[in-house]
Amino acid sequence: MASFAHIRSLTRHETILAMVVVFALVALSAQSDRFFTVANLLNQGRLMTEVGLVAVAMTFVIASGGIDLSVGSIMGLTAILIGVFWHNFGISLPVAAALAVGVGTLGGFVNGLIIARCGVPPLIATLGTLALYRGLAEGISQARSVGGYPDWFYLLGQGQINGLPTQLLVLFIFAITATIILSCTVWGRTVYAVGSNEIAARFSGLSVERSKLAIYTASGFAAAIAGVIFVSRVSTTRSDMGTGLELDAITAVVLGGTSIFGGKGTIVGTILGLILIQSLKNGLSLAGVRGDGTIVVIGAVLIVTILLSNIFSRDGFPEH
Amino acid sequence: MTATTDDTQAAPLPGKGNAFIRYAYRSYGQELTILCAILIMFVSVGLYSPRFLSFDNLNSIFAGNAYIAVAAIGMSMLIITGQIDVSVGALIGVLATISGTLAVSGYPVWLAWLMPVVIGMAINAVVGILVAYGRIPSIIATLGMLSVLKGGLVSVTGGAWISNLPPDFLLAQRVMLGVPFPILAMIVLTVFASVWLKYSALGRSLYAIGGNREAALAAGIRIQRRIVMVFTIHGAFAGLATILFATQLQVIQSTVPPNLELTIITAAVIGGVSVLGGTGTVIGSTLAAILFATIGSALIFTNVSAYWLRAVIGLLILITVLADMMRRRKVWG
Repeated sequence: MASFAHIRSLTRHETILAMVVVFALVALSAQSDRFFTVANLLNQGRLMTEVGLVAVAMTFVIASGGIDLSVGSIMGLTAILIGVFWHNFGISLPVAAALAVGVGTLGGFVNGLIIARCGVPPLIATLGTLALYRGLAEGISQARSVGGYPDWFYLLGQGQINGLPTQLLVLFIFAITATIILSCTVWGRTVYAVGSNEIAARFSGLSVERSKLAIYTASGFAAAIAGVIFVSRVSTTRSDMGTGLELDAITAVVLGGTSIFGGKGTIVGTILGLILIQSLKNGLSLAGVRGDGTIVVIGAVLIVTILLSNIFSRDGFPEH
Repeated sequence: MTATTDDTQAAPLPGKGNAFIRYAYRSYGQELTILCAILIMFVSVGLYSPRFLSFDNLNSIFAGNAYIAVAAIGMSMLIITGQIDVSVGALIGVLATISGTLAVSGYPVWLAWLMPVVIGMAINAVVGILVAYGRIPSIIATLGMLSVLKGGLVSVTGGAWISNLPPDFLLAQRVMLGVPFPILAMIVLTVFASVWLKYSALGRSLYAIGGNREAALAAGIRIQRRIVMVFTIHGAFAGLATILFATQLQVIQSTVPPNLELTIITAAVIGGVSVLGGTGTVIGSTLAAILFATIGSALIFTNVSAYWLRAVIGLLILITVLADMMRRRKVWG
């Protein structure tokens, strides 16, 4: 049972983070008048969705004490397969997209099998599949891109519903579902149990193996959906899509207060972390910093956040 | 130190058969397997296309990829200790740019060779301190470092080519004692590191930390210092690898070589360095780097598109790791 003190400490992290986000938004809008406009903010929401979907699923992965580095590659593989199924095999586009998402989900399931069944550390297992899935994407596509999709397909990535970008709605539904699962269901609580003490979870009669399998499959599914949205947003498929996306997702999750050692973390925190990263990126680029400069900031933010949280954590971090 | 390869396997086995072969297989199974794989690759691809065995091609396989083997030595030590570094490719890119810039700017050539090693050690010492004393898991610390180095490099240089390198600078093109310099460096460094790891107290302590952290602590090993030390050594090897990498062509592109960290980690893992820490040798990682270069070259000679190369690497990592897990299960029940 999580004590009340524990819950309070969680909310505290999120409250602090929310204040940082507000502060960043105010500071950035003072920097440039183009930042705090409805059009810009909605557009940033659009850009944030792909990382967001992956980060929501990554919260489960990291809270369970694991990591998934292969998400960017699953995204690239899904994107390529949509093009190949539709363009080369002549399958109708909705079926092609569904098939591609199926393969991406299968990719996550394979991660889960390697990790849960064979006991391979998640870091190495997903490093291997990162290479494998990206390699498949490159090999299958031979680095050729596919474009010229029918107009209705762009609704997902470029269209809007009631003035809101379509994919932001998808992210919203995804995040709400994930929050409910993580905080209110046995299945979600199992994730925390596995993350804080796997052996204890097993002795409590929880099916650790099945839980891990489901977590990595969900991560693959989220990455595959993100791949479809990505293709729809940029109107083309390339094999290098989603490269380095895992870094953004992990940074958002960790910024959001999820412990990298497992057992702790919320979806709300992840979403706040996501907003902070996206506004930093956008604000910096509006202030004239180039894309590569913002990567430096994100990397530094990642290291400093964990360092600070280690320094200030009172509950004595376990030695890793 | 139950987990080290040679300790668990030195015990004589019951049963028939040549004791020496059994000993060799149990102690160096992974290394021998890779060696066989390399020989099979050479014979089969050589029969398919004799030009594969030409001096030029062999030279390009061995000398052209020696830097991967050298970087994999440091990576192996890191993984043996239970750490990892995903930023090494970006680090080599940064160091190569620094080295090339110094050489072009008219600084003495020895300085252009020395600086990558010094700066590599300094940067990785910082990472080591973050990991050991800041208690940041090495995957996170190096993932952050990867984006700092990569983004920093591209925003400073814009990915420009450094050309007009002075001829003295091109160390990797030299021949010493009748052997191309990179091959000589690879062999000397592998032997040196291998002896150090196996016979020195410091080297043995790395296996102890990776094998069982609590036991190592109880044995009086100062774990935090050793972690900083192993990261610094890894930085030195990354610097040495940079020299071989930066001096092999007339130009240096100031970007991060794509997938380099993956190749280096793969070489270490396939070479028998267990992903759980505590076992492995650098002879294995060097052989794996050679195997890897052989596969890359073989793909070209058998007309398979090079775009499949990464899928092959990924598959190799997974197969090796799964085989390692199976073997451990057998050993420990």
